[in-house]
Amino acid sequence: MMHGETAPPGAAAPVFYQTDEEGHHSEGSTMLGFWLYLMSDCLIFATLFATYGVLGRSYAAGPTPKDLFDLPGIAVNTAMLLFSSITYGFAMLEMDRNRIKQTQIWLAITGLFGVAFVSLEIREFVHLFHEGAPPWRSAFLSSFYTLVATHGLHVSVGILWLVVLLVQLRKHGLIVENKRRLMCLSMFWHFLDLIWIGVFTVVYLMGVLE
Amino acid sequence: MSADAHHLSGHGQDTHDAHAHSEGGHGSFGSYITGFVLSVILTVIPFWLVMGNVLDNSLVTTLVILALGGVQMIVHVIYFLHMNTKSEGGWTFLALIFTIMVVVIMLSGSVWVMYHLNHNMMPMDAHDVMNNAR
Amino acid sequence: MFANLDLQQLILGRFTIEQIPYHEPILQATFAGVAVVGLAVLGVITYFRFWGPLWRDWVTSIDHKKIGIMYCIFALIMLLRGFADALLMRSQQAVAFGSEQGFLPPHHYDQIFTAHGMIMIFFVAMPFVTGLMNFAVPLQIGARDVAFPFLNNFSFWMTVAGGILVMVSLFVGEFSRATWLAYPPLSGAAMSPGVGVDYYIWALQIAGIGTLLSGINLIATIVKMRAPGMTMMKLPIFVWSSLCTNILIVAAFPILTAVLVLLSLDRYVGTHFFTNDLGGNAMLYFNLIWIWGHPEVYILILPAFGVFSEITSTFCGKRLFGYTSMVYALVVITILAYLVWLHHFFTMGSGADVNSFFGITTMIISIPTGAKIFNWMFTMYRGRIRFEVPMLWVVAFIVTFVIGGMTGVLLAVPPADFVLHNSLFLIAHFHNVIIGGVLFGMFAGVTFWFPKAFGFKLDEFWGKMALVFWVSGFYVAFMPLYVLGLMGVTRRMQHFDDPSLQIWFVIAAFGAALIACGIASQIIMFVVSIRNREKLRDLTGDPWGGRTLEWSTSSPPPDYNFAFTPVVHDSDAWWDMKNRGFARPMTGYKPIHMPKNTASGAILAALNFTFGLAMVWYVWWLAALCFVAIFVVAILHTFNYNRDFYIPADTVSRTEGQRSRELEMA
Repeated sequence: MMHGETAPPGAAAPVFYQTDEEGHHSEGSTMLGFWLYLMSDCLIFATLFATYGVLGRSYAAGPTPKDLFDLPGIAVNTAMLLFSSITYGFAMLEMDRNRIKQTQIWLAITGLFGVAFVSLEIREFVHLFHEGAPPWRSAFLSSFYTLVATHGLHVSVGILWLVVLLVQLRKHGLIVENKRRLMCLSMFWHFLDLIWIGVFTVVYLMGVLE
Repeated sequence: MSADAHHLSGHGQDTHDAHAHSEGGHGSFGSYITGFVLSVILTVIPFWLVMGNVLDNSLVTTLVILALGGVQMIVHVIYFLHMNTKSEGGWTFLALIFTIMVVVIMLSGSVWVMYHLNHNMMPMDAHDVMNNAR
Repeated sequence: MFANLDLQQLILGRFTIEQIPYHEPILQATFAGVAVVGLAVLGVITYFRFWGPLWRDWVTSIDHKKIGIMYCIFALIMLLRGFADALLMRSQQAVAFGSEQGFLPPHHYDQIFTAHGMIMIFFVAMPFVTGLMNFAVPLQIGARDVAFPFLNNFSFWMTVAGGILVMVSLFVGEFSRATWLAYPPLSGAAMSPGVGVDYYIWALQIAGIGTLLSGINLIATIVKMRAPGMTMMKLPIFVWSSLCTNILIVAAFPILTAVLVLLSLDRYVGTHFFTNDLGGNAMLYFNLIWIWGHPEVYILILPAFGVFSEITSTFCGKRLFGYTSMVYALVVITILAYLVWLHHFFTMGSGADVNSFFGITTMIISIPTGAKIFNWMFTMYRGRIRFEVPMLWVVAFIVTFVIGGMTGVLLAVPPADFVLHNSLFLIAHFHNVIIGGVLFGMFAGVTFWFPKAFGFKLDEFWGKMALVFWVSGFYVAFMPLYVLGLMGVTRRMQHFDDPSLQIWFVIAAFGAALIACGIASQIIMFVVSIRNREKLRDLTGDPWGGRTLEWSTSSPPPDYNFAFTPVVHDSDAWWDMKNRGFARPMTGYKPIHMPKNTASGAILAALNFTFGLAMVWYVWWLAALCFVAIFVVAILHTFNYNRDFYIPADTVSRTEGQRSRELEMA
């Protein structure tokens, strides 16, 4: 499965070493390694979800999700992230066709959607502070802010990474390293979108539902 | 595997085998659009169910939106993350399955354990709502 | 705090000169000792003009063998610190009875047991395990390095940065007094306002990043870089155990990271996750941290199991008995490790259903473990056993570990646990499995692979002395704790009222002294072996009659490990090659593609260390500066596209020619 060039065991003259290969390349491991990192990140979020699951109803006589959450706003936020996912997808398609200009344009659009998402989230938090619902008000709010802000921080790091990659694309073009990095960021970005599905379902929708 | 064969040339920056490593590529325009449309549908329905108070029973609504959320996650994994059972020799899929197992154990286990704990311990003041899960 | 913001607070945070415990005689002496040894080491390095080579060949090295060796050295140094704490505790408990208060006041004693537990697990056992895996795994799978050599270097320096942070707490400020897992509410801001818990948190967070990345690295290495022909069921068993360990690391350490973030938010921001008020729930912390904590137990023991398997089959001259069952046992343990965490807090009060579930899963996990014990014994059965030092450690392990395992099954029974919870019986149990399992395994592994790493064997006499002292010392030190635990004596006590208990503690202290002799023997062993290295020299590269690929190359292996990538036909690949007339290739060398050394890892770790220190002392400007600097350095690192080079064919040819001459001499 791994290597086709193995001599069959028990053959008359067993081959014990490769004379004509150049050695293993670490490059081939990047996608797997990055996927493993995403899995570990997934467990960080799972821990935060578990915390929210246990403490999410501990309002300590403070505000409840019904008092706080603005579902239309969250719907707009969700739309931002969904659009950014598809635009990143388009960037990847352009990258496959080696069209650097289009790739950069789609990446920039993706980044703008990301910025919009983060700004809306910050606005929501500012609003909640004004409503008298800071994270130290109750265990519910602590777990809510931590979960949502951790996701937001990830998106922010994703935007920073995207900017760095745009610079590197300008400098070096669509070389194999840059393509690999774009694919990693693609996985990261779509992964954050996937986490957001959990956030809006469990935190916002179920919170308002009671 | 072809990726190894490419290295035979014996010199450095391998420009041509990126595709061999990406294994399965990044999907096509069609698959992205399919994924996007499905996601939009699967996002709109739960928002509509909750915002429009469509179902009377909130437990049913909860189960429905959780199920839809789960389906949407699968859609993302397939159409956006291009996960399949073959890429990287099946190792990414295996890692995903293992992670899902741990996540399920952790989420259900924590809620189960803490629910029983709260249930068994004396309830505190009405506003100290450790016991609210009941 | 922000109300009267004066200049000193702005610059130094909450640090004041009073925070340096210069009035504590024990710490004065320790500091003097550390300073003298430290200056001596610096002097020696300067005298031998070793700074350049140290920086070029070690600090910036991305060679998995060197990083593995550095991990082991780091673990041994931290073992001295952790063991010094143990000696202090044993002697305090041996004397502090009745009116006698002993020499350690409670606030100091609490720091010591916290530091002892935390250091032994995170900065002794973990680096030891990671070090052996780093050294041996790529060699055993016929690879030239790990999948991500730079990350490997970075991981190592992050682990060291965490360790240094703990050591700094000894002389600047204080360490946590909230036990090795920092249970809230004791570890919360209300009960522990000082810097101790913050030192604990940041040391673990920084080291934890290193551990996680090295876990990802080794999984990718094992999955992607095996020699041709090495299918999963032909992996050496140590590689299998490393794979399972690293899967556990990647799927458990994020949980620790997240829980510690929540705890730090409670302490720094004032949230209410684990507080006693406003809806917080301290028991949630227990629940979450043990979801990491139990897999952690297996993270430590599985590599030791792998080491024992390799040694047993090597020194019995036999194929490992039940290879397949060994692999399945490892996989089953890996999965079950996530289903038993509640047995650490049966007494929390979750009720009968929950406790029975976790009690039963805990008992089930002893089945695959037991199967492994039988596999080792069946490997020994009718084998031609050579009782050299590594094999002696295996025998000591099997006996000791079985006892520890059985007391563990006892503790798995919830009603029994209600009696024994938090008692010295528990202390005896986990030391029984960690010393008898993990530590013996690591010592066996070091003795086993030392000739591979350095080209000469360790002195046998002092190796045996170390074994005798460690094993006897372990029994003398911990059997009394079983007795005391059954009598109901609880852990973490600085003072006892009942004088009838004293004799047991005196015996235990004597055991600790025996272990001290064991450690002294090990130090002598290293010194004597280095002095007699020419006599102990091994030129064959295969001093034990090895069975796996690492023994097919020279000792120490060349930078590129293998001039030609081996092709594998058997799980005991090297044994198979020797038996079927393998002839070493002498010609046709090609340039070998290798990664370049880099300083980025060490720089990033240094910045992380400074960031941690600044966060501990609330020096916000410095923390912000370091935080930005970490991002800048990391991003700059990604702008370097020129990360590899070729070892020219004639260098390879020269190295291999040297090896041929050595083989003729041997």
